[in-house]
Amino acid sequence: MKTLFEKSIAGRGSVYLPECDVPKITLSADLSRKTNARLPELSENDVSRHYSELERRAYGVNNGFYPLGSCTMKYNPKIDEKVAALSGFAEIHPLQPIKTAQGCIEVLTRSEKLFCEITGMDAMTFQPAAGAHGEFTGVLLIKKYHEMRDEGSKRTKVIVPDSSHGTNPATAAMCGMTVVSIPSGEDGCVDLEKLRQAVGEDTAGLMLTNPNTLGIFDKNILEITKIVHEAGGLCYYDGANLNAVMGLVRPGDMGFDCVHLNLHKTFATPHGGGGPGSGAVGCKAFLAPYLPIPLAVSANAEQSLNADFAESIGKVKSFYGNFLVLVRALTYILTLGREGIPYAATHAVLAANYFKKRLSEKYTIAHEGICMHEFVMTLENEAKQQGFTAMDISKALLDRGIHPPTMYFPLIVHEALMAEPTETESKEALDEAADIFLAVYDEAVKNPELMHTLPQKTPIRRPDEVSAARNPRLRWSAGE
Amino acid sequence: MNTPKNLKYSETHEWVELLSDGTAKIGLTDFAQQKLGKLVFVNLPLVGDEITADEAFGDVESVKAVSDVIAPLDGTVLEVNEELLDEPGLINDDPYGAWLIKVEVTISKGELMSAEEYEAFCAEEE
Amino acid sequence: MGHYLSITEDQKAQMLSAIGLNSTEELYSAVPSELVLKNGLDIPSGLSELEVLREMSSLAAKNKVFPTIFRGAGAYRHYIPAIVSAVNSKETFVTAYTPYQAEISQGILQSIFEYQTMICELTGMDVSNASVYDGASAAAEAAAMCRERKRTKTLVSSAAHPDVISVIKTYCWGANAEMLIIPEKEGLTDIDALRGMLDETVSGVYLAQPNFYGLIEDAEAIGRLVHEAGAKLIMGVNPIAAALIKTPAECGADVAVGEGQSLGMPLSFGGPYLGFMAATSAMMRRLPGRIVGETTDTDGNRAFVLTLQAREQHIRREKASSNICSNQALCATTAAVYLAAMGPEGLKNAATQCLSKAHYMAAEISAISGFSLRYKGEFFHEFVTECPVSHEALFDALEEKGILGGLPLKDGGILWCATELNTKKEIDLLVSVLREVSEK
Repeated sequence: MKTLFEKSIAGRGSVYLPECDVPKITLSADLSRKTNARLPELSENDVSRHYSELERRAYGVNNGFYPLGSCTMKYNPKIDEKVAALSGFAEIHPLQPIKTAQGCIEVLTRSEKLFCEITGMDAMTFQPAAGAHGEFTGVLLIKKYHEMRDEGSKRTKVIVPDSSHGTNPATAAMCGMTVVSIPSGEDGCVDLEKLRQAVGEDTAGLMLTNPNTLGIFDKNILEITKIVHEAGGLCYYDGANLNAVMGLVRPGDMGFDCVHLNLHKTFATPHGGGGPGSGAVGCKAFLAPYLPIPLAVSANAEQSLNADFAESIGKVKSFYGNFLVLVRALTYILTLGREGIPYAATHAVLAANYFKKRLSEKYTIAHEGICMHEFVMTLENEAKQQGFTAMDISKALLDRGIHPPTMYFPLIVHEALMAEPTETESKEALDEAADIFLAVYDEAVKNPELMHTLPQKTPIRRPDEVSAARNPRLRWSAGE
Repeated sequence: MNTPKNLKYSETHEWVELLSDGTAKIGLTDFAQQKLGKLVFVNLPLVGDEITADEAFGDVESVKAVSDVIAPLDGTVLEVNEELLDEPGLINDDPYGAWLIKVEVTISKGELMSAEEYEAFCAEEE
Repeated sequence: MGHYLSITEDQKAQMLSAIGLNSTEELYSAVPSELVLKNGLDIPSGLSELEVLREMSSLAAKNKVFPTIFRGAGAYRHYIPAIVSAVNSKETFVTAYTPYQAEISQGILQSIFEYQTMICELTGMDVSNASVYDGASAAAEAAAMCRERKRTKTLVSSAAHPDVISVIKTYCWGANAEMLIIPEKEGLTDIDALRGMLDETVSGVYLAQPNFYGLIEDAEAIGRLVHEAGAKLIMGVNPIAAALIKTPAECGADVAVGEGQSLGMPLSFGGPYLGFMAATSAMMRRLPGRIVGETTDTDGNRAFVLTLQAREQHIRREKASSNICSNQALCATTAAVYLAAMGPEGLKNAATQCLSKAHYMAAEISAISGFSLRYKGEFFHEFVTECPVSHEALFDALEEKGILGGLPLKDGGILWCATELNTKKEIDLLVSVLREVSEK
């Protein structure tokens, strides 16, 4: 398909602005750019058709089953979009006088109250723009805590399990910490002995997601947080997998000191092709003085912003974060409410277990037993003995109109496929998808060679990633 | 698998060619390049950098993985193979021709393997 | 209670039975019983869609939507062509995730590739990434890109946006790296002071163009100085002004970043916005986050993929230079649609109108006694005046006319902004109110 630049015709364009009604000014020549930016010249019809064609060559939750493990691809309610587009939110300047933005600040204060109750925390910030940004903020709170106790230079190690998301160790490194990776036990959970050996006077904290990336709720969680606390470290909860337990179990009650939530996963705000998200961060009261400024405050029905926190870590983003994403999440929480939130969690877990049960007819499940919102399959034996891999299964699914599960994660499971169906899939959708997964498996056993040539029905076939990385072409240029 | 007899090998799959003038060439073994798959980029040290045995001095990237290259000895970098920066695939095509760095050896580690030992070691690892 | 579930009670029973359970409680048998919330969440019961719409609308109604805005300071109201929201609300663009499966994600990948190309064109730089959170975090990431083993200190112009300075400071503190502020002189980065601060420990220098006061810096001269000292130049640029002002590439920047909100995103009380990042080829592999590249598929057809992924956290883990995963993809698409619709002449026209209206407004305001222009330098669409009356009285009077005045500065001045949206009539009304209040 042609790019916008190849569709450009010199002299084409649309009229969006009236004539300038004041005398025209030009910059002095020595400050001016030498040539115009070579943007495409298109009619509005060209633009409209181009993006409609691109939309047809993409795949969203609206198109079908999207069991991308760890990403919680649930249905994105349309009322949330409508609310976010209200001019009373979308047209508000972030530096308007406080008295003219009371509704926006109330969105912040009301959300804080709700999310504190859901997480078992005492204070929240909505400044971080995504999960990884939330992790960064949370670990900085931990860093500040140790600095304030004059232990900053001593407590520099962050413990992460080897099943963790890559963002966890990368976050620790960005916060000037060294990463200590501990192996998971046979059961996929934290190995308590290994944890005891890892903690010490140099421990800044532990980063953990529970349920973990294998979809297992770590039953020893209270013991885990206790071990870290007794060593003088703090516990960080990666909220990537909160969807399984929201409204039923709270990170604060598990012993965690701070937490980030992915509003674009758990609270149904859309993923937007990779963002914008929101990585709200909550913490216990003793960490609250370190939160990014400003904080929204509500007193006597009067909303205000307070930046007067001398011990704050500072700011991690301009203004107050991805505000309209929060507006959507708040709309979602008000819709589900106290009954609906745990109800959604339960259904996510039910869907995952049902789907796992159906697939286990052919696929090897990495860890048996009841799973939470997701589960991991391994095709290690198939790869060794039958000549087809997790990648082959994924590509075959593409031809059948299904988005594959997350591939090759977590790293501790070989030839992994991680599936998370979410609560918004119907039983029929799960059954239909399971039938396809099983049929693809049979096909692969019969003809593994054919699998390497799939997909065949998609807009493109397998791309050459090696040449893409060896000879990067990262922008369009004339003469291609 | 190709394992030239004149080279020494480390457990982390680097080869070393010790030269008579006290310098050495270091590269990645055939076994390593097969395991890594098609390489797309190499990160190499700068001339003059010190490398320390058992510590990473660079890394190599495939599309979906990155792997440290571990120094098999102590030394000072004399030369880096600039050609690999443009054509990392040379390591896949000719792992023993595509050396990564040349070093002035300060301390040579004792426990490097011979070609036979290394072949046995790889067979074990498979 | 509202919900988005599809499973009926009957189906639930069938599914439980299929997995050999009697109740949904049994799904949570691994959870220690003392952890399970006994009385549920202490939050209100759920609502129907209509009730929620009313509730949220009442919150929105507590905000004042100003028909006329003369405030910028990092968030700008521009005209957004109708095609922009028509495209960025397409359901598949909204609900897709990161394009991990290239074969069914060409639409997302190509839109990012086209965005990257446009950012390169605006900045003159060689390569762009797929976006980061906002202009401030882009600046902080750029500072990290420039750090080397022996050079770790970042210098930041005090004439940059205060939020940008604050975010760079937080990131530097996190990384245990030093950050120092370069003082300003007459609203511009003090070049002599900068010269004295540059040494062999400085890795990068951040300069805003135009700066927080709207002034255009002598970026080329600063760039030369920075490079002579062996450090790298990071420029934070306004993407609308970029249509007119000398590009970061022409000024010798190593990294160009900026806040992309002006490219088709509404004010939104501060977000979601768009952080753009572009660099020279030499810095390509230090760019954080996702990058889309062009290649071919097994049939030899054009294909787009996420590339250079070995830089990123999911592969490099603690050795990755950034932890960024999700970015602002839909905002990047928004910016691309905006730029495609406006085209080179349209963008230049918008920028010229911003420039012209700001200059008309500056001349009119500064003609009022006490509202003199504070700085002499050339400016784009923002400028600072003094203010002879109390901020409160002034802004209340403006608010009555539906006008959001400029940003009051702590030292008494006011930072004004005009864009192509502001008509001469609006500016004249503003001026008459200022005159009235100051003559009282």
